[in-house]
Amino acid sequence: MFECPIPIGEYDRVTLAHGGGGRMTHRLISKMIAPLFDNEYLRQLHDGAILNLGGRVAVSTDSFVVSPVFFPGGNIGDLAVNGTVNDLAMCGARPRFITLSLIIEEGFLLKDLWEILTTVKVRADEAGVKVVSGDVKVVEKGKGDGIFINTTGIGEVLEGVDVSPSNVKVGDKVILSGPIGEHGIAIMSVREGLEFETPLKSDTMNLWPLVEAILKVGGPAIHMLRDATRGGVATVLNEVARSAGVGIVIEEERIPVREEVRGACEILGLDPLYVANEGRFLSFVSPDVADDVLNALKKVPGGEEAEVIGEVVEEHPGTVVMRTWMGGTRVVDMLSGEQLPRIC
Amino acid sequence: MKYIDEYRNPDLAQKLVKYILKKSTRPWKIMEICGGQTHTLIRYGIDELLSGAVELIHGPGCPVCVTPLEKIDRAIAIARREGVIFTTFGDMMRVPGSSRDLLSAKAEGGDVQMVYSPLDAVSLAEKYPDRQVVFFAVGFETTAPANAMAVKIAKEKGIRNFSVLVSHVLVPPTIDFLMSSPDVEIDGFIAPGHVCTVMGYTEYEDLAEKYNVPFVVAGFEPLDLLQGIAMLVDMLEGGEVDVKNQYTRSVCRLGNPNARRIVEEVFEVSDMVWRGIGLIPKSGLKLREAYADYDAERRFSVGNVEADESPLCISGEILQGKKKPIDCPAFGKECTPEHPLGAPMVSSEGACAAYYNFGRIKGGEHV
Repeated sequence: MFECPIPIGEYDRVTLAHGGGGRMTHRLISKMIAPLFDNEYLRQLHDGAILNLGGRVAVSTDSFVVSPVFFPGGNIGDLAVNGTVNDLAMCGARPRFITLSLIIEEGFLLKDLWEILTTVKVRADEAGVKVVSGDVKVVEKGKGDGIFINTTGIGEVLEGVDVSPSNVKVGDKVILSGPIGEHGIAIMSVREGLEFETPLKSDTMNLWPLVEAILKVGGPAIHMLRDATRGGVATVLNEVARSAGVGIVIEEERIPVREEVRGACEILGLDPLYVANEGRFLSFVSPDVADDVLNALKKVPGGEEAEVIGEVVEEHPGTVVMRTWMGGTRVVDMLSGEQLPRIC
Repeated sequence: MKYIDEYRNPDLAQKLVKYILKKSTRPWKIMEICGGQTHTLIRYGIDELLSGAVELIHGPGCPVCVTPLEKIDRAIAIARREGVIFTTFGDMMRVPGSSRDLLSAKAEGGDVQMVYSPLDAVSLAEKYPDRQVVFFAVGFETTAPANAMAVKIAKEKGIRNFSVLVSHVLVPPTIDFLMSSPDVEIDGFIAPGHVCTVMGYTEYEDLAEKYNVPFVVAGFEPLDLLQGIAMLVDMLEGGEVDVKNQYTRSVCRLGNPNARRIVEEVFEVSDMVWRGIGLIPKSGLKLREAYADYDAERRFSVGNVEADESPLCISGEILQGKKKPIDCPAFGKECTPEHPLGAPMVSSEGACAAYYNFGRIKGGEHV
């Protein structure tokens, strides 16, 4: 789709000189990056971008250090755009601009860099965001892990929208946008060299279309949104329960988990509730709009398998409780560290 | 999911719960040995559903929990050496030694890698011939065959840069030890299904006869355990002493002869110190002399490590079923999964962590 404008034969790897600030840096930026993301803000090649914004503005920043950089279902470029765009979406903000800051390890293949940059371009175009400022640094071999990316996003908060943990109320329904655990298991399968019969793909996606659809039908009845990235659904629920001072009850049987993820979790001794997602979010909404919100979600690609998984209760403030399929209940607590596979 | 959903059928589970509640005339004290079974019982709230009919006592069957402190300190000392790749199963990473854990050793520059099979560690040794690859061979009889196989393959292939730090423990001598101590009252045992898959259950027949207690070999899914408990209650109510097998889809009386053969070839029985319990005669495995070259403790002289447990931790009594995690004054206070004082709080199979992670709500409080 895009052809790399720097002949790979000249240098096939990133060198320290590419980050030195001299001619090589200039060449990398002016040939490889600036034209790819070209827009009226970037064209200035100024120290910063000057933006015209009205109303309430949401800002979010995130750094991406995923290893491996390329994984089933995407690469670090997908995450760098979707991750930040999703954080803006969770504020009820339409994503407008992002910055792109690259920290590249000496020796990184230029063709891989190009693939990542074009991914960023495609995802940014899809999300309707413009890359308005950026930076490139090169660190010595051994002092980075291939490539790290930081993006900062700016979005416009929609009129009349107010999402925050403090708005969560007793009686609110908890809606999950789709099946959980796919990103975490996909990454783990390549990182640890695990082989499963059915290859899993990361669920990375731009959540704004889903959020826009539910804000349209729910408006101020959408009390809280949060994407379930690191730490998974369980961690998000605990964060909300604690910061809003409410209890949350979820139903084990209503939480969508694909067979492949369930199988991998059974083998590895992991709980899918704690596995990372890159394209799933939870919404806390008034019970009277819950059906409309669910239907709206199901109509947008990526939301077909959305489910109401639980509700906010007055009892046990700060604690998340799950009703198990056996009829028992158990506390779903925060995890202390990473989940570690069990011995046997 | 096949082989999972059949064993998690809510209707059958309810039927078994009702059966046990009806059949039991007094609260029988039943010990499950294996940490994996403890995990299932607490995770699905089975102990709660059966309360009054059966008191479940959690045994010492979490290999992570009983690995002695000195062994973990040795593991950390080896992992910190230049040129070593130290490999381990995931849940050993956070087990506290006397001053730090393997994750800290990794943060300080040690090359500590998580593997899913000891054979992955052998492959690493082949891939990095200039490095010393050490595998932390931990576990009950369940993991012993694969660990033995790794050592045997390394020897056959002449891979000289591979070794194992062995901390293997055996179930039957431990039951013997528990039953012969004066203040332990146990009416019946759930024998560990995966240990018996390898070893069979003839050793438990001897124990049943010696101590006049019934055993049921059970699996790990909720229905396995409920059925196992129902079988045990039937025997207890009928005054029957026997070893019965609930886990027939995996266990046969003599176990897996090939697996037993390889364990026998590579390892021999030895005395073993259990964390929190102390020395139990003939309750461990060590490498036979023919494989001594693959013993990491010989290869890296790490000397005698003296280590002291936190005085607050009562893991010894918990691992012997004398106390429940919630009886410990430090539980959930000084001792949490973020800051474990003893190993049962670290592994998800440890009784303390199972209680902590899958705790209950009583009177609006998380306990």
